[in-house]
Amino acid sequence: MKGLKIVVLAKQVPDTRNVGKDAMKADGTVNRAVLPAIFNPEDLNALEQALRLKDKYAGTEVTLLTMGPGRAAEIIREGLYRGADNGILLSDRAFAGSDTLATSYALSCTLKKMGKIDIIIAGRQAIDGDTAQVGPQVAEKLGFPQITYAEDIVSAEKGKIVIKRRLERGIEIVEGTLPMVVTVNASAPECRPRNAKYVMKYKHARAVSEMQDASEDYTLLHNNRPYLNIGEWSVNDIETKAEELGLTGSPTKVKAIENVVFQAKEAKVLEPTDADMGELMKELIANHTIG
Amino acid sequence: MNNVFVYCEIEEGQVADVSLELLTKGRKLADDLKCELEAIVIGADLKGVEKQIMPYGVDTVWIASDKRLYPYTTLPHTAIIVKLFGDEKPQVALMGATSIGRDLGPRVSSALHSGLTADCTSLIIGDHEDKKNNKVYKDLLYQIRPAFGGNIVATIINPDCRPQMATVREGVMKKEIRSEAYKGKVKQLDVEKYVSAEDFVVKVIERHMEASKVNIKNAGIIIAGGYGVGSKENFDKLYELADVIGAEVGASRAAVDAGYAAHERQIGQTGVTVRPKLYIACGISGQIQHTAGMEESSMVIAINTDKNAPINNFADYVITGDIADVIPKMIKQYKENTK
Ligand SMILES: Cc1cc2nc3c(=O)[nH]c(=O)nc-3n(C[C@H](O)[C@H](O)[C@H](O)COP(=O)(O)OP(=O)(O)OC[C@H]3O[C@@H](n4cnc5c(N)ncnc54)[C@H](O)[C@@H]3O)c2cc1C
Ligand SMILES: Cc1cc2nc3c(=O)[nH]c(=O)nc-3n(C[C@H](O)[C@H](O)[C@H](O)COP(=O)(O)OP(=O)(O)OC[C@H]3O[C@@H](n4cnc5c(N)ncnc54)[C@H](O)[C@@H]3O)c2cc1C
Repeated sequence: MKGLKIVVLAKQVPDTRNVGKDAMKADGTVNRAVLPAIFNPEDLNALEQALRLKDKYAGTEVTLLTMGPGRAAEIIREGLYRGADNGILLSDRAFAGSDTLATSYALSCTLKKMGKIDIIIAGRQAIDGDTAQVGPQVAEKLGFPQITYAEDIVSAEKGKIVIKRRLERGIEIVEGTLPMVVTVNASAPECRPRNAKYVMKYKHARAVSEMQDASEDYTLLHNNRPYLNIGEWSVNDIETKAEELGLTGSPTKVKAIENVVFQAKEAKVLEPTDADMGELMKELIANHTIG
Repeated sequence: MNNVFVYCEIEEGQVADVSLELLTKGRKLADDLKCELEAIVIGADLKGVEKQIMPYGVDTVWIASDKRLYPYTTLPHTAIIVKLFGDEKPQVALMGATSIGRDLGPRVSSALHSGLTADCTSLIIGDHEDKKNNKVYKDLLYQIRPAFGGNIVATIINPDCRPQMATVREGVMKKEIRSEAYKGKVKQLDVEKYVSAEDFVVKVIERHMEASKVNIKNAGIIIAGGYGVGSKENFDKLYELADVIGAEVGASRAAVDAGYAAHERQIGQTGVTVRPKLYIACGISGQIQHTAGMEESSMVIAINTDKNAPINNFADYVITGDIADVIPKMIKQYKENTK
């Protein structure tokens, strides 16, 4: 068998789960500089599903695709350390300000350029934008069917894919045809850790814009070992319509952003005594809150 | 034309609560926009389904009934909605932020090139001035949603593309019948004209759904326990108080993780959102992921040993004390005052 061609969509995100006091600027915008940039958690679950298919079906190739600033190449390296075969960083000012629709447009144009793909695996949701929209929107733009909320890709053979989905109120086993877009839940198995062998192999892997900013000179190393070149594509490497890109291509606009502030209301302070509890109950009964 | 549309989800022949909540909100938006409210239901054996829908003030119920359309799969439902929206040109379209709505919504928005805002907590009509292009937009849908793990709240608008699409989670909006006698039209869709054989490439082989057993999201009074409750035994005291005053018991994630309560009782960002008239927070510190799910409660009582617990900032009554001491006193005093 000739193996599957799999692309994992992965996003580098600020770690919004452990937000400290300095995470918000005075004007209510997010201070990305102080938040660690991480591999979006559910995209790691997605990567694991891809690597399991690679373990199972010889000849399978797993490619990571991420759209973001030059720094986002970090997550491609992270993916290589865990067993992915290669990665592409899609990076261009033209994509700045994209909403989910413009993001999925740029990603789908890139995917079209990547040749025949059997399975595209995304995380269900990114922890910064929190929309869970990019996976299905990419599927629609490519004309692929989709299976969302996947917990386990059971098999992908003879043009068929079987998937266990985890929904709010239960599970479903569904069968579809390839090619397919799959989005993976956090309930799926965790991603395997880094493999020391791959860390050695890929620790000098860099994308072009990373090398520009770096003090070391990677030219010689990369010429000798082409696999250390993380592919970096700009808008000129894919076919796009300018009006569908970035801010212009985004139907949704952010009108206002508010930092979630705690506004202390005037609270009535009570002692944990029978007398105070008695007063409280009387009040709640009198204003029909209870009873 | 240019009306407000709500996609109604069906489970076991019943319209999902989240859809009824959206119909209620949709009615309000249609009133504000001076247009009609329309609903679309897609499934199998839908005879009479409009009776569940019209009382919410729905002017037109579109029904697509075909045995292949239940259980839900992505492509046929997308095909029907994309064509119907193409013909009817709604200005606003709402769906539940459920595993169905979040599968369907982005697919539809991608096909129609319309903006979609996920997980809105509030939807209101307002104007927008685009200063750069010197343009004023009247009566846009302000789609207000938390993002960044609940740390910010954004107001999103779709000035130019229609429909303005939004998803909303179950339990976030109120459900309210407009009038039992509300009369709207029913329009049956000829399914064959909307779907093709290729739309059925994904098949559901097996399905196990369970109705959720506890119903904290509709409870008028919630007693929520946190890690500070300390043990499963102490949680029993919360159930006792709940029994006495007619409440449901909820929990923080730390309490669920500690095994004091089942996951289905979890309130917050990764649990349910509740809006009871009274919320009693017991031994809950008040982290943002928790308060995101309860901050719209009408009245909050916080019981905590720490007089500076963040939850106190949300409280109308602050009781600084030990759960094990305060709860039995509340039970006793309630009984004495209702004798
Ligand atoms: C406060 C705020 C609110 C927002 N609200 C909305 C909104 O309601 N509607 C809207 O359309 N946009 C919204 N956006 C914009 C949106 O966050 C960005 O478009 C973002 O690039 C993609 O959306 P997401 O983070 O929600 O990803 P999701 O749709 O949650 O991501 C799902 C999966 O898609 C893949 N993926 C997503 N982005 C990339 C990428 N750059 N590269 C590779 N794979 C990727 C990953 O596998 C990921 O797990 C908002 C942005 C902000 C700051
Ligand atoms: C991505 C993400 C999603 C999350 N989603 C949720 C969610 O949906 N819901 C949720 O609740 N959390 C959620 N969390 C977890 C959240 O951040 C907090 O960790 C959690 O809410 C804390 O629960 P707690 O208040 O019960 O526990 P703690 O923070 O440990 O607080 C215990 C409180 O009890 C008080 N106390 C101790 N002993 C007593 C006593 N004897 N009597 C009275 N008071 C006492 C203490 O003073 C303290 O204030 C999420 C976290 C992340 C990162």
